[in-house]
Amino acid sequence: MTDNAVVEQTDTNAAIAVLKEKFPDAVQDDTREGYKGIIVDKNKLVEVATAIRDELGFDYLSSATGVDYLGIGDHLEMVYHAYSTSGGPALVFKAQTLRDNAEIPSLIDVWPGADFQEREAWDLMGIRFSGHPNLKRILLWEGFNGHPLRKDWKEAYYEQDHKPFDSRWPGGHVFRAEERNVYGKNVAYPDDLDLSTLTDVSEESIYSGMGLGVSVQNLGNSEHLQTDRLIVNMGPHHPSTHGVFRMVVSLNGETIESLEPVMGYLHRNHEKIGERNTFLHNMPFTDRLDYISSMGNNHGYALAVEQLLSQGARWTPPTYRAEAIRVLMVELTRIVNHLWAIGFLLNDLGAFFTPALYAIAERERILDFFEATAGSRMMCNYMRFGGVFKDIPERIKSVANLVNDMVRDFNTMDYLTELINERLPRAVDELDQFLTDSEIIRTRTVGVGYLPPEMAIAYSAAGPLLRASGVPYDIRRADPYSIYPELDFDVAVRYNGDIYDRYLIRLDEVRESIRILKQILPRLERTHGENVFGPKQHTPRVPLGEAYGRVENPKGELGYYVVSAGDEKGPQNPWRYHVRAPSFINLTALGEMCKGHKVADVVAILGSIDIVLGETDR
Amino acid sequence: MSELDLRELNNTEFPVPADMQGNVAITSLSKLYNWSRRSSLWPMLFGLACCAIEMIATAAARYDFSRFGMEVMRASPRQSDLMIVSGTVTKKMVVPIVRLYNQMPEPKYVLAMGACASGGGPFKEGYNVVSGIDKYLPVDVYVPGCPPTPQALIYGMIALQKKIDGQSLANMDDVPWYGVGPAEPAPVPILGPDIIDPRQMDLIRRQAEMAAAGKSFAVRALPEPIKVEKAAPKAAAAKAAVAATDDPAKAERLRKREEALARKRAAQGQNAPAAEAAGEAPTPAQAAPVAEAAPSEQGGKPKFDKEAMMAKIRAKKANKG
Repeated sequence: MTDNAVVEQTDTNAAIAVLKEKFPDAVQDDTREGYKGIIVDKNKLVEVATAIRDELGFDYLSSATGVDYLGIGDHLEMVYHAYSTSGGPALVFKAQTLRDNAEIPSLIDVWPGADFQEREAWDLMGIRFSGHPNLKRILLWEGFNGHPLRKDWKEAYYEQDHKPFDSRWPGGHVFRAEERNVYGKNVAYPDDLDLSTLTDVSEESIYSGMGLGVSVQNLGNSEHLQTDRLIVNMGPHHPSTHGVFRMVVSLNGETIESLEPVMGYLHRNHEKIGERNTFLHNMPFTDRLDYISSMGNNHGYALAVEQLLSQGARWTPPTYRAEAIRVLMVELTRIVNHLWAIGFLLNDLGAFFTPALYAIAERERILDFFEATAGSRMMCNYMRFGGVFKDIPERIKSVANLVNDMVRDFNTMDYLTELINERLPRAVDELDQFLTDSEIIRTRTVGVGYLPPEMAIAYSAAGPLLRASGVPYDIRRADPYSIYPELDFDVAVRYNGDIYDRYLIRLDEVRESIRILKQILPRLERTHGENVFGPKQHTPRVPLGEAYGRVENPKGELGYYVVSAGDEKGPQNPWRYHVRAPSFINLTALGEMCKGHKVADVVAILGSIDIVLGETDR
Repeated sequence: MSELDLRELNNTEFPVPADMQGNVAITSLSKLYNWSRRSSLWPMLFGLACCAIEMIATAAARYDFSRFGMEVMRASPRQSDLMIVSGTVTKKMVVPIVRLYNQMPEPKYVLAMGACASGGGPFKEGYNVVSGIDKYLPVDVYVPGCPPTPQALIYGMIALQKKIDGQSLANMDDVPWYGVGPAEPAPVPILGPDIIDPRQMDLIRRQAEMAAAGKSFAVRALPEPIKVEKAAPKAAAAKAAVAATDDPAKAERLRKREEALARKRAAQGQNAPAAEAAGEAPTPAQAAPVAEAAPSEQGGKPKFDKEAMMAKIRAKKANKG
């Protein structure tokens, strides 16, 4: 990738200086209070981005998202975060456009990984990307009225811009939102709704995007389909799509010619709701993004907001014990996620439920600990800005002894010690022993779904998907956070980039996580009794500015882009709350990975990416 | 279920001799139908969101709902009896869900699992979220929780079994599948500018006409929220009022009123325990729901009497045996 002319420049300030020298007219500093990076003239965006990638070495586009500055600057803005796969901080660059006829050149030729993110920005923010080959709505359906993340777009149940709503507090006159809507449902129609020409174009547009020229009406009519090409819909109700994901596959015989992912069936409007919520309100919502690893989601969001809070006056960083507990929780979550992923990959390969049952059995042990600590098995809502809300309990007790096994009552540290030193390593070895050398698994997975390293980087793949392709990029090492720098572990990496390596790397990562956890246990003993949360803060005052907090979540890089426009007295709500979801962006490469394989392999390739729809669709 | 116990079925007015009870059962057709139906509920393998993970955990080794005859999860709607709507229903997804429901053969049941499927849950205000699947499909059982624990889901399924036990062939209106001919399919919504329920077409048309005529939508007016002034305590406010008035007669009136109020408050404070002692307080059984609704009114929930409850349970068991 790198030749002699390339400056290996990951120091952001030096990189910006180089850019300014090269493009004196097009690049200027972002001087707004609390903001970082540069603002690029949108007409020169593609040239500047190419220079950032090729000459400055920021080869990995982590996040691309839009922000609507209605009332602040009255423009729309695309924010890009580029990183170098050799590690280091981000180069943040932005392009601005007017709100009317918003248009920005597409970066899909520079980073193909911008594909879905630009489609999302078009869908939700209404920014048109010139040069994008397939600019359609991605989360909502074609024909939807308006672009919901614009600040002047109001949903049907709209009440007020910011919570807490006046109707609830103070005074408390609570009503059901349905009572106010004339249809009794969460719907609102435009005034010029023409019922006579009402057509559902959402399906038609999905097929037209595949470049097949297939008319849905004629699909059932044999005289119009003369070839062997067959369109197969998988999902949204399909047992192997891990939720409500849909793939439209065009087949030649059994070989895949093209695959189009269709998503949005679980689009729960996290980002719009997040703008109404206060900063703290959003914490339980992050649980429901990647609902298998809620602790990791909490961590990413806490880090993003802590970046902003640390600029303020009253800020106490998390104590050492709080950091240690965070790492404990996050690594346990990683194990839960990878066990689940391996179990269900095997499910997809046809080993129906037996390996998954073993994986889930171990997961339950970890969930018992989560339940005793945070009060919930899955949706832990555990971390806060500046720590965690509660220390780990002395004993793990069953809340309800309705479970068909024994009543639980363990000393927590004994329980964790046994879990980490004995049970989990044994479980991993067991999976390894029974699965790794299985002939069926090897035949189905070796060499299938190959993703070369250059492509993985270009498509912004993250997490195990990226590392199984031979790119040793792990944020815990590349851009360290929390207490990871002092912990001893290796970045797991595999080089073949196929399903088999993606399976193996998950085993490796579970082993590395166990290694980290073994180092955490003595730290917990040592810091016993230390505070885990600074002064109580019901509405933390978040200073002005933007922040991008990211963590290495089990599924890949999870980033939160948060913009605060609040002041000391104003509403403490994020102006923009964007989630860079690894499951969503990892799917960008799915079409390429599936091309040329058999239809039965699609299921396995999708399983090896390991997506969760709560995060994909948000 | 390890072995078939015919005594479960044998519950009519015709007694079966004791030595034949293992071999012969006299029962009603409804009971036979319901018994076979409730003992083999096949749920559809159909996960929407977070709740689906707990549903899988319920099916897995630890909670294992195959103990109740529900283990056969079918991916095809044609082979399933029960649709567990496990997660947030979005506008985009409700179209396939209604279609799947229509594809299920009768008799069919719907269980709304979790807050989202029951009423929109934490995401209710979202522009792409349906406020509960019951806006589009008839729901039999709601299971609260976010997500419900596996125990809660099993409890919900048992509740459904009890519901099935109560259905009767004799009553044609009880459930649609005992009526004549096939039931009407649920209308499939359309994805227009927003989701459109075909059943509301007339309403939507009327609203569109009104909008075209420039009239506002007839949204039901809600009372204004009560504004709570962050005022000083009442007594202080009254004193301030006394001080503020210039007219001595008015000041005198206000003062007297204040005194009367103070007397009334004191009297109430004395009377309250007396009223309780006189037997006006409801019995614990009556008080329980009230206390749940408004604990402040009754001064907290009545204490749970464990001994009495255990005695009741023992008596029940004895009766059964």
